[in-house]
Amino acid sequence: MIKSQQDIFKTFQPKAAKKTVEVEIADLRKITEVVKNRYGYDFSDYAMSSFRRRIQRIIELFQFNSVGEVVVKLENDPSFIETFLAEVTVNVTEMFRDPSFWREVRDHIIPNILLNHDTFNIWHAGCSSGEEVMSMCILLKEMGILHKANIIATDIDKPILAKAKKGQVSVKNMDLNEKNYIRFQGQHSIQHYYEEKDGMAIIDPTLFAGVSYRNFDLVKGEVFNKFDLILCRNVMIYFNQNLQNKVLKKLHDSLFKYSYLAVGSKESLIWCEVANKFIIVNNEEKIYKKIKD
Amino acid sequence: MSKFQISNIYKAVVIGGSAGSFQGVTKILSALPKDFSLPIILCLHRLKHVRNGFEEALSIKSSKPVTEPCDKESIKKGGVYLAPSNYHLAVELGNSFSLSTEEMINNSRPAIDVTLETASYVFRHKLIGILLSGANKDGALGMKKIKDRGGVTIVQEPSECMIETMPTSAMSVTTIDYVLGVDLIIEFLLELDQQYK
Repeated sequence: MIKSQQDIFKTFQPKAAKKTVEVEIADLRKITEVVKNRYGYDFSDYAMSSFRRRIQRIIELFQFNSVGEVVVKLENDPSFIETFLAEVTVNVTEMFRDPSFWREVRDHIIPNILLNHDTFNIWHAGCSSGEEVMSMCILLKEMGILHKANIIATDIDKPILAKAKKGQVSVKNMDLNEKNYIRFQGQHSIQHYYEEKDGMAIIDPTLFAGVSYRNFDLVKGEVFNKFDLILCRNVMIYFNQNLQNKVLKKLHDSLFKYSYLAVGSKESLIWCEVANKFIIVNNEEKIYKKIKD
Repeated sequence: MSKFQISNIYKAVVIGGSAGSFQGVTKILSALPKDFSLPIILCLHRLKHVRNGFEEALSIKSSKPVTEPCDKESIKKGGVYLAPSNYHLAVELGNSFSLSTEEMINNSRPAIDVTLETASYVFRHKLIGILLSGANKDGALGMKKIKDRGGVTIVQEPSECMIETMPTSAMSVTTIDYVLGVDLIIEFLLELDQQYK
């Protein structure tokens, strides 16, 4: 009989660990309700696992003692909603994340778009702090066609969009970005594209001349343009399948026929309602092509 | 005579590990029957920028194919799932997975704490957590959550680990039901499987 370790290790239990607030699904509903009713943002179809963890994180960051306190704060302090949005949405991103994806965009997707178009439209849906926009602009610059691109970058979170617009990245992230860029096999070194100032890498602003930034909620927003390429990578993973279907319908409506949709490398359209309106162009990088209206 | 007190209430087995756990994991996966009754969810620390190869390396040594699930993929009975590189792997409502690119935890993405904690949130006491050899404390809090919610906690016998920080960290924050060498972990899982046959 294997002895349970219970007795032996009891003495090693930590002293009075900080009490953690347990967030339950009913609590999430209370929060989504107040955010929806008071501010018009709808988080009710966000994926439970990550949404619950984000709420847990907010409770810890701001030292709330209960979910009830978060609800009260949201009800009484309208300035808190921006902070709430900033923390509840995930803004961890990298330049040239998945370098093989960016090589595929450079070597196949953009050349294919250029076969039929002189100028083209790109939408970064859920652009966060803008690293993918920077990657795209560098990529197009190196192809010599940056001036042919109209790029729209949108995000639900206004402060993060303002950050994206600034075109700066913390220098401490540039190590990783550089490693990605090297694997992308760009033409220069990444230092070619920025100047360092006060701990920030200031990306060459001329790269972003053709980019417009817009505050846009993928859940509630209406289709506003047609695109040749939409990047929506690692955005819909925070939604449940119901919401993924709705957003994908919107993305589908925002694409020209035979144009491209790129999602994250571990996202799949297989289970989605619009699946039959797309074909997969590159399964490894999860790049799809719209084939039916 | 049964060595362990196991019933057939369990819905999944989650295994975490990092440095030095590869051999233990492959030994376990190769010893399990092809028709093992529960899903096995693996969260192993791995290089962030190497997307390919790990799934294949594990599959070769396993009696069952190992797959890296896509976001919202269903958790199937008998499936063996591996957290993909540079994503956290969470268990979602509706018996499916969710992926996330949230901040690294314990300097790790995938982080074992995320997989263990979310799995225990969904499966409650019907979960078995196993923590193997590893070089940091990732997984300790996840094991605590499993225990707090009534699940079963198992760590690899520290003296057998290449690096024992991971199991000993878990032992220092929560009650561990079984401290076992890999051979006994395998016996445990085989006996568990018998409960469903």
